[in-house]
Amino acid sequence: MNAVAETAQNLPQGVDYIRFLPETVLSISGLIVMVLDPLVDEEHSQKTLGVIALIGTLAALAATIFMSHYPGLAFWNMIRVDSFSVFFHFLVITIAALVILTSYEYMTVQRIRAGEYYGLILFGVVGMALMSSAVELVLIFIALEISSISTYILAGFRRREASSSESSLKYFLLGSFATAFFLYGIALMFGATGSTNIILISQALHSGAPILAYVAMALMFVGLGFKVASAPFHIWTPDVYEGAPAPIVGLMSTGPKAAVFAVLLRIFFQANAPGRFWLIWVSAALSMTIGNIAALVQTNIKRLLAYSSIAHAGYLLVAFAVPQDALANIGISAAMFYTAAYAAMNVGAFAVVSHFAAAGERYVALEDYAGLGRRSPLLAATFTIFLLSLIGIPITGGFFAKFYVFSAALRANLVGLTIIGVINSAIGAYYYLRVIVVMYMREPREEVPVAPVPASLGMALAITVIATIYLGVLPGRVVDYSLRSASQLLSPEAAANSTSVPSRMNPSAGVP
Amino acid sequence: MIPLSYYLVLSGILFACGVIGFLIKRNIITIFMSIELMLNGVNLSFVAFAAQWHALSGQVFVFFVMVVAAAEAAVGLAIIIAVYRTRETLNVDQVNLLKL
Repeated sequence: MNAVAETAQNLPQGVDYIRFLPETVLSISGLIVMVLDPLVDEEHSQKTLGVIALIGTLAALAATIFMSHYPGLAFWNMIRVDSFSVFFHFLVITIAALVILTSYEYMTVQRIRAGEYYGLILFGVVGMALMSSAVELVLIFIALEISSISTYILAGFRRREASSSESSLKYFLLGSFATAFFLYGIALMFGATGSTNIILISQALHSGAPILAYVAMALMFVGLGFKVASAPFHIWTPDVYEGAPAPIVGLMSTGPKAAVFAVLLRIFFQANAPGRFWLIWVSAALSMTIGNIAALVQTNIKRLLAYSSIAHAGYLLVAFAVPQDALANIGISAAMFYTAAYAAMNVGAFAVVSHFAAAGERYVALEDYAGLGRRSPLLAATFTIFLLSLIGIPITGGFFAKFYVFSAALRANLVGLTIIGVINSAIGAYYYLRVIVVMYMREPREEVPVAPVPASLGMALAITVIATIYLGVLPGRVVDYSLRSASQLLSPEAAANSTSVPSRMNPSAGVP
Repeated sequence: MIPLSYYLVLSGILFACGVIGFLIKRNIITIFMSIELMLNGVNLSFVAFAAQWHALSGQVFVFFVMVVAAAEAAVGLAIIIAVYRTRETLNVDQVNLLKL
């Protein structure tokens, strides 16, 4: 009788499912899309399934808001819902919604079958969302793979194009290579601490880290650095971004990146992993320098934005180098703000690129953008806003994000890294401005047709422009929220929660 | 009883073989197999550490790794077929449309 009662106590409770609600909603809508795909006739399937997928993401956003009222641990301390995970849930699901809006017309233009496409976007977002709330390395690994495998396939979705399947192959091979390093890191961390739970690891490492933990951390950083495209693990980025469908590049340069940065924040700050400073210092300095210098010579807009994405990963990593004390709060908050600002401007930029690329992605060279300012003034103006934000011109989100990161770094006395960052921002301005100059001041060599902007794309562009400007002009609310999340991430209450749990099979911990 | 370090050295060697294979082999299928070898090296250290800590979670992790590796293999082979259809080669040096 007693045993039965105990078993019943160990089962997940209702509130556990609420803390998992956005993922559930996304999975179900993904399944609905997949099931409906063969039932809807082919002519209408792209539109119908796109609308269903969009509704799925909106429902997931609602579920996230609902979930935010139930903070705490769920499913045997595997998931932790706090402001931090709510922030990243909101971010990645919004990115997915915007990418679906961008894809809406793109699918028809490129003649891509819709079912699996939207299904995989939704499943990929399940992985990204799960990464931000997982506090157990097993779950982080699985979530990472869910998001990675979906994006491997999505990268190759322009199946008839050799470049697309090649991009998919490169992404797949190098991505799984990186995953193996990440796994080896987890194995050694498990060996060093006897646990795969982030909170238990942090307790084990509290009294000093064995050498094994340093090796483990370095290996894990190799794996995760790969996924965020930070140097020296960035080689795949330009090739994959060039071949993959443009809206998908918008997704994979922001969504999985944001989620993996969330994982890095959890591992570095919540699990108190050792050896952070030098790993980050070297990687950030290299990413900024290599990304910006290589971008100078690019003539393909997707490759240019790929190198820019490497450089931005570098700026973002600067925020990670702050020491683990009072300043950690500001560093984490700066990193979170940067992921949001970067997502807004980059999804927007790739939305423009995907519209302008036209059938078969023919027009992706920088020269094709000549005269865009005259032929499509609104599109050019929108693209200019995103590029200015990527440079970091005031009143855009990109400016405040950079400013916040560098001021956090300066307060932490990271003068060297800040100087490298500022010099790189100046170099970066050159190639972004070059695109603007080409758009407004150069005559087109051949007449490149520009289709009128469809409503769905217009909506995606409007949202990203508003978000970019909003984050630049009124960053207060987002900064406040990220600061609150950071303090929750660092709070000792997180550790206390798990010490009060004698066995690892107690779901009642953390019920509000 | 065989000491823990033996297992760890073996797993390190397996992992290193995988890394070397990944870097020097030119056939896509062989490269893919090298990745599997790396994963199995990792699995061995998980099991060894699980025995050392008397924690089953390490062994459970191995099952997850195997399942994920299977999923990855399914997707990977599909991608390889897609590449073969467009390029008719499985040599990575000839899959070079996108400049590195």
